[in-house]
Amino acid sequence: MGNGTSIGRVRGLGSAKHGSHHWLMQRFTAIGNVVTTVWFVASLLLLPNFSYITVHDWIVHPLPALLLGLMIITTLWHARLGMQVMIEDYVHDAGGKFVVIAALNLVTFVAGGFGLLCVIRLALGA
Amino acid sequence: MAVSILHRVSGNGLAVVGTATLLCWLGALASGPDAYAKFVALAVTIPGRVVLVGLSWAFFTHLASGIRHFVLDIGAGFELEANAFWSVVTPISAILLTAAFWAALLLR
Repeated sequence: MGNGTSIGRVRGLGSAKHGSHHWLMQRFTAIGNVVTTVWFVASLLLLPNFSYITVHDWIVHPLPALLLGLMIITTLWHARLGMQVMIEDYVHDAGGKFVVIAALNLVTFVAGGFGLLCVIRLALGA
Repeated sequence: MAVSILHRVSGNGLAVVGTATLLCWLGALASGPDAYAKFVALAVTIPGRVVLVGLSWAFFTHLASGIRHFVLDIGAGFELEANAFWSVVTPISAILLTAAFWAALLLR
């Protein structure tokens, strides 16, 4: 391993060893997305109307509340991975990339926490 | 290539606008009937309808091209003709599913 050119410094080290994990998690969460979002869209179609009473009485049941909570987790996880790929493609400055990825992590956790709090509040009848 | 671009655009659109809309809806629902009425009043405006139709299109587009990704991931569908055929079927099926979704919703 040389220490002159930038290619010389990384030659022989192989990949960063994180790519395949990221790729697999994108697929695993995608499977979860298919199950939960298709259930969600089908449920919207099966609701007789979208009045507060109708939607509220549907979500407070344990199974819809659980699936909605799981949908929030799996879709946000998937969105977090997908947006990271977009950021890595378009933000080339190392410092800028760090800031944007850090912000993405925070927004993802805030969104997930808020969504789950809403579902729990509804399910427990607050 | 167009399907790849559509996959990225619809995916990131869903990640930002889809998440925001879902959380507004859930937040309004958890806050009570008054907040929920405000959400519905906003959703039925023309811009609100454009966002909802756009989100449903992005959802079916990302779903269709995502399923195409699953097939390509197992190593199938790389033959030139099959690949070109399904790259056309993917966005068209998404538009048809979006139309079917709104037809089912409005005609129920």
